[in-house]
Amino acid sequence: MSSHSIANLRSVTGIPTARLVTWWVIASEIFIFGGLLVSYVMHRLAHPEWAIAAANTNTKAGAFNTFVLLTSSLFAVLAHKAADAEDGPKAAKFLRLTALGGFMFLTVKGFEWAHEIKEGFVLSSGGFWSFYYTVAGLHGLHVLAGAIIMLVIASDAAKNRELPRVQCIGLYWHFVDIIWIFLFPLLYIAK
Amino acid sequence: MTTPATGAHAHLGSHGDEHGHHPQSFFRKYLWSTDHKMIAMQYLFTGAALALIGGYLAYVFRMQLAFPGMNVPGYGLVTPGKYNALVTMHGTIMIFWVAMPVLVAAFGNFLIPLMIGCDDMVFPRINRLSYQVFLLSAIILIASFFVHNGAFGGAWTSYPPLSAKGAYNLSPLGASLWLIAVALEFVAFLLGGLNFVVTTMNGRAPGMRMWDIPVVVWMIVLASILFMASVGPLIAGAVMLLFDQRLGTAFYDPGRGGDPLLWQHLFWFFGHPEVYVVLLPALGIVAEIITVFARKKLFGYRTVLYTTWATGVLSFVVWAHHQFIAGIDPRMANVFTITTLLISVPITEMIFVYIATLYGGSIRFTTPMLWALSFIAEFLIGGVTGIFLGASGADIYFHDTYFVVAHFHYTFFPSAIIGMFAALSFWYPKMFGRMMNETLGKIHFWGTVIAFNVIFIPLFITGAAGDQRRIYNYALFPEQAKPGLQHLRELSTIGVIVLLAFQIPFLINFFWSLKHGERAPENPWLSNTLEWTVPSPPPHGNFAELPTVYRGPYEYSAPGRKTDYWPQNEPIAPVEEAAL
Repeated sequence: MSSHSIANLRSVTGIPTARLVTWWVIASEIFIFGGLLVSYVMHRLAHPEWAIAAANTNTKAGAFNTFVLLTSSLFAVLAHKAADAEDGPKAAKFLRLTALGGFMFLTVKGFEWAHEIKEGFVLSSGGFWSFYYTVAGLHGLHVLAGAIIMLVIASDAAKNRELPRVQCIGLYWHFVDIIWIFLFPLLYIAK
Repeated sequence: MTTPATGAHAHLGSHGDEHGHHPQSFFRKYLWSTDHKMIAMQYLFTGAALALIGGYLAYVFRMQLAFPGMNVPGYGLVTPGKYNALVTMHGTIMIFWVAMPVLVAAFGNFLIPLMIGCDDMVFPRINRLSYQVFLLSAIILIASFFVHNGAFGGAWTSYPPLSAKGAYNLSPLGASLWLIAVALEFVAFLLGGLNFVVTTMNGRAPGMRMWDIPVVVWMIVLASILFMASVGPLIAGAVMLLFDQRLGTAFYDPGRGGDPLLWQHLFWFFGHPEVYVVLLPALGIVAEIITVFARKKLFGYRTVLYTTWATGVLSFVVWAHHQFIAGIDPRMANVFTITTLLISVPITEMIFVYIATLYGGSIRFTTPMLWALSFIAEFLIGGVTGIFLGASGADIYFHDTYFVVAHFHYTFFPSAIIGMFAALSFWYPKMFGRMMNETLGKIHFWGTVIAFNVIFIPLFITGAAGDQRRIYNYALFPEQAKPGLQHLRELSTIGVIVLLAFQIPFLINFFWSLKHGERAPENPWLSNTLEWTVPSPPPHGNFAELPTVYRGPYEYSAPGRKTDYWPQNEPIAPVEEAAL
């Protein structure tokens, strides 16, 4: 890239700067999702009646999406492995498969939400639905952003350029994945 | 971008003013720059401009309080709604658009790369983006004054249901713009903070160990981390509040299963660490200044860092002391009283270290030193009055009185305003290449500090006597005030006018010195840290030759040396060793 400061080329901690900043981004995201989830859990404990609303979520679709995201994370790991072996085109292929998983997740989500909205459950239908759409929506935005960035990185990686970025986007993807591991039981399964 | 890539190689062996070595357009140089020093200036001047607006707002509502119902010169009649907007915007602007951009962003940007010995931030373009988002947020906030029904008037804490329902706060559009502006400002500081943290972790000069980093850099980095960790939940909370305002969600609506207390928890979980986000950089600035002007090693460098970490951790478990009368469980109130009183221990220790540093030093009372010393004195008053408010029993009486207002101004004014003037007068030669006028500086100092005390000491008295906050005209609400104290309210208002008037010598000094000040040498204060080893102002890329560090930053008056300072980058000379 054109613009690198000398500072950017140093690595006093021994961790490459790009990876270090990825970890800090993830740390700041943990606090955003953490605040939301803790608020949700506190409300949920205070409102046992929310279980009635929660029963309307589609647990099967949620479980399928969990499977899709976990599989896509596997591809992210394989992409990282390929990038470590300096095999850019192979890394690009796995990155595109990962992004495909992300888009599949969003498609399933879209059908789910369309169904729920048709049933009359919208953002303003009460406490549970407010949280449901906000939390899952914020997570969905992260999936979308991650998948798009992944495609950009894949097009560079296919030409064997900027391979260290493959690992950074992988870290981010695992983080998005882990958030979903918390969301799925809290929003779908908890009765 | 063309900028720092050529870095050290281009500058090797060349000295002096190198600004001209690739001419840039005005736009590139001043508005679209990725140079950390230019971004620091952008933050500084934006913050200073907003400080003037914030000061003007304070003047207007203080006039209304002293002389209720008057046509305030330069504003007009203050109606109840306008009064609420004035107070809200004063608080919001001073904390988010003055204290943070000046202390954290401006000085963080200027000092970090220079003090740790590198050419720029690790991500110069993210740095530029950070300022642009910040500017956008400032524009949105100012724009909210001019929308239908005016700016938001629900206090800077923005408690629902007042903030959530347009029918209650009467300025629904202003309320949403306020939230959007604050959220964007958070994004700007997250981007900036990432840069500060990663630059300091990874970009340090060879030889600079963890314990060789100047205290002010430590403090700004720790403040960035505190900010990052505390603001996340509030970003989520702000989105939820915006949805409540605009999309009809029920997060804070008790009628539909929400809880207004949730916002208070999210807000103060951020709001309390935020006090330390502003305080820590100021403490760092003071540490730099008192060691230089006392010509003494900092007493207990590591102690300062340990106490800072302790403060940082504790700052996350004190937030509910803002909510003692909000209906929280009294048993919780006990816990938060204990943690609140605990957090005063590390801060006290830090102040002790500073006083011990002064003991036996050869003190020079320059303008920066006066500011630094006054910081210690004034902040002490803020800290001591905090004990009253942190104890839940006393707080039940003091809550929502002017005592609280006086208390937090005694913490924020020393941090934000005194800290800012201390840093400006100290680093002005490095930033602008000229010395400031000492006489004007001292006039400004004494006027400002005395006027500040004239404003807020009367408010301790009216507050303790029972004056409630958030009353726009005590004549109409006699049951919310102590009668017969109007003269104290007027005295406080006179203090505001005097304080604002004494900023004129500063502005004259600042702009006059830019052109006509004495040219600043590389190291006018004979200081140790790396920023004083480069020309004033530092050229593009900062260092002609990137430095290597051999020692800590506070080696003043080391025994056996001819000079009483010992720059961090000076190699250990065999001759000098032999002379020992």
